[in-house]
Amino acid sequence: MAGAEPTEQRVTAAPAIELRGISKAFGPVQANKNISIRVMPGTIHGIIGENGAGKSTLMSILYGFYKADAGDILIHGKKVDIPDSQAAIAAGIGMVFQHFKLVENFTVLENIILGAEGGGLLRPSLAKARRSLLELERDYGLNVDPDSVIEEIGVGKQQRVEILKALYREADILILDEPTGVLTPAEADQLFRILRRLRDEGKTVILITHKLREIMEITDSVSVMRRGEMTATVRTAETGPEELAELMVGRKVLLRVDKAPARPGKPVLEVRDLRVRDGAGVERLRGIDLEVRAGEILGIAGVAGNGQSELLEVLGGMREGAGAVSINGRALPLSGHGADGQARRADGIAHVPEDRQREGLIMAYHAWENIAFGYHRDARFCGAGGMMNHAEMRRDTEDKMARFDVRPPDPWLTAKNFSGGNQQKIVVAREIERNPDLLLIGQPTRGVDIGAIEFIHQQIVALRDAGKAILLVSVELDEIFSLSDRIAVMFDGQIMGERLPAETDETELGLLMAGMSGEAA
Amino acid sequence: MDVMPKWAEVVLVPLISLLLAAILSALVILGIGEDPVAAVTLMVDGALGSTYGWGYTLYYATNFMFTGLAVAVAFHARLFNIGGEGQAMLGGLGVAIACLYVPWPHWSLALIAATISAGIFGAAWAALPAWLQAKRGSHIVITTIMFNFIAAAVLNYMLVTAMRPEGAMDPATERFAPAMHLPTLHELLAPLGIEFSKAAPANISLLVALAACVLVWVLIWRTRLGYEIRAYGHSENGARYAGISPVRITMIAMLISGGLAGMMAINNVMGEAERLVLNATEGAGFIGIAVALMGRSHPFGVFLASILFGFLYQGGAELALWTNIPRELIVVIQALVILFTGALDNMVRLPLERLFLALRRPTTTPQGK
Repeated sequence: MAGAEPTEQRVTAAPAIELRGISKAFGPVQANKNISIRVMPGTIHGIIGENGAGKSTLMSILYGFYKADAGDILIHGKKVDIPDSQAAIAAGIGMVFQHFKLVENFTVLENIILGAEGGGLLRPSLAKARRSLLELERDYGLNVDPDSVIEEIGVGKQQRVEILKALYREADILILDEPTGVLTPAEADQLFRILRRLRDEGKTVILITHKLREIMEITDSVSVMRRGEMTATVRTAETGPEELAELMVGRKVLLRVDKAPARPGKPVLEVRDLRVRDGAGVERLRGIDLEVRAGEILGIAGVAGNGQSELLEVLGGMREGAGAVSINGRALPLSGHGADGQARRADGIAHVPEDRQREGLIMAYHAWENIAFGYHRDARFCGAGGMMNHAEMRRDTEDKMARFDVRPPDPWLTAKNFSGGNQQKIVVAREIERNPDLLLIGQPTRGVDIGAIEFIHQQIVALRDAGKAILLVSVELDEIFSLSDRIAVMFDGQIMGERLPAETDETELGLLMAGMSGEAA
Repeated sequence: MDVMPKWAEVVLVPLISLLLAAILSALVILGIGEDPVAAVTLMVDGALGSTYGWGYTLYYATNFMFTGLAVAVAFHARLFNIGGEGQAMLGGLGVAIACLYVPWPHWSLALIAATISAGIFGAAWAALPAWLQAKRGSHIVITTIMFNFIAAAVLNYMLVTAMRPEGAMDPATERFAPAMHLPTLHELLAPLGIEFSKAAPANISLLVALAACVLVWVLIWRTRLGYEIRAYGHSENGARYAGISPVRITMIAMLISGGLAGMMAINNVMGEAERLVLNATEGAGFIGIAVALMGRSHPFGVFLASILFGFLYQGGAELALWTNIPRELIVVIQALVILFTGALDNMVRLPLERLFLALRRPTTTPQGK
């Protein structure tokens, strides 16, 4: 049955999805401008673009979250109206979100029928669902035990549950939004195998991503979006990463970071047996040992949630821990007095946090208020009697905006009105210009457009070349490889091993990231 | 790139909310067979038509400025201080102690001492809920509400036992000494040649309240402490990142908030009653919440909202006095104003935002600043 449909469609050759002239504005912001696209059935189509290019808006229109101001949606040649997600599902569209929408303490099976129970009694629908689920798993090679509880299975499997959910609702077109963000390289490979299988079975897959490598690896054709417009649609086989990057940004981009070999000096940061417990008493760091020297970048690789955040937080004074941490030979208190962010800054540690919107910036503050954030007790920003020196803050903001090319260079704009890349530039400018002995930097380019990535990477390398120590945490392996002088891999609160970038590869790091010990790898 | 221009946000939204509240109030008055136009005329006349009316309106407004500022300061740290009522009651105790047991030679010294004492008592009453929130995570809304009841009981006890003059039947303190008498607006304005009603209770505390508005503005928008309070209010994670101690900010913001609420007592206890009576606060602590909501936690907004609620209080009292409209209905009207300006804010805001979006769409370049 499942195999019969696609052949018919190939014969009629109507696109699985066709968008004609889709436009959508949010107030003065034109998120989508006259977008047209045709995705043929049985193909994997990539949509690539920088953050804020309008990819998510487009997909939200397709899934009924937003209504387009203008334009038509055609599914298999028929014009459809998608006012809500129910209509999208009825039209055969399934969506796998970046953040899974699963009930953690339900089983796989319960999650799959959630919202499609099909009756007041659970038992018959569960039995029916189990049958069709097993069929789906067999057809598409998705291995998930229907009775395991979501919170007990890995992220990769959770994602498969999302895919199964869509397939159970008879989705024929599957949209995946940044699906590899939370996966190890090995899990990502498995996902790609599943997607190829789905394509071979006649499903249409739309993959939204900002990773050029994934586009090149798996898609048949790719559309590039920039500033709300579709700048090009090309066959993947006929293009390359450089061309795609240029189409995304609108100018030539350096994909590789240019840097000289590191000349490490004396140790700046020394960490011995660092342990951190979270609020629930679970040990999130289980005895970390590491060292960062002056003039080098130590990259911490790992899948999100393996203790990297806790490591940055305890070093940055946002969280208490136990163990021995010293900077330039001076021991740092890890709890109680002197273990907060103010004290760490005084100790010469600057911190670009992983989440700029919740931590690094106050989104409701003007840029000039944010430029002093964390350093607001510095003498230069303080007037007499506990007042703040607003004039100095504004002047400093103008300086930093000019040097870091923040756009628009308007100190009066609130942080939330800058793009992700420019928000990050504000944070990076604030922290790097302090000329710290040690820079902690988490996910420096998450949600940052390619142009700004290039710039931020250059700044990090420049700080290294000025003889400063840098501890980099990133879930992007590409970023770890291109910036780090040494790479340490974290898994489950421990360092699994250290490698030199030149002497390792993604496969080996991937094994370490998945918890295989160094010897086995 | 905000959705609405600033003026619409600040002026239009509260104005439309007020208008809706007024329309609904008119319907209610019609419903009980009275004439809404006559009622409004009477309210305006009674509250704003004479210096006597103004004197009462401003007297109430003074109370609301203090309690409104109290809620506003705490709200900048995302703390919802519902305990203004209890803190103001304790402030009354502070005023009474300062005025009864020290023979101040002049009212000005007494005012300074009473203000400080009231502030300390109010702050102390906010300190325990603040500490419970900061250290134990007990929700400040729950604890401050409960502390209102405890405050009432404490006052009751103090006035019935410790502070009641011997032989008096009334649970109240003695009258304060004549030297503690605060100048009323009548006395203050007479030298300027302005005739102000002798009977109205508005007094020099109004100037203290106005000064408090200015000082709170300076605190929130000009000082380092205000910067930290606002940062903490916007993002607790952000505050932790910047090394701003959540415990410290919670404590300080609540102490300031409680102190401001307590200071209200210089108006009602020292300025008006000139002794401490039971239930001296008359619900002003709760009105402060509505005032802060309507005033968007900005001192100038609090000032305007205080005047409005002063008008509603005084106009309402007039209405109850001269018409058949029962007193309860005045409470209904006040409640409608609170409902529309505070709780139902989004009901007005969202359609308005949509309207502005629709107006802006044809011109693709944004005009608003």
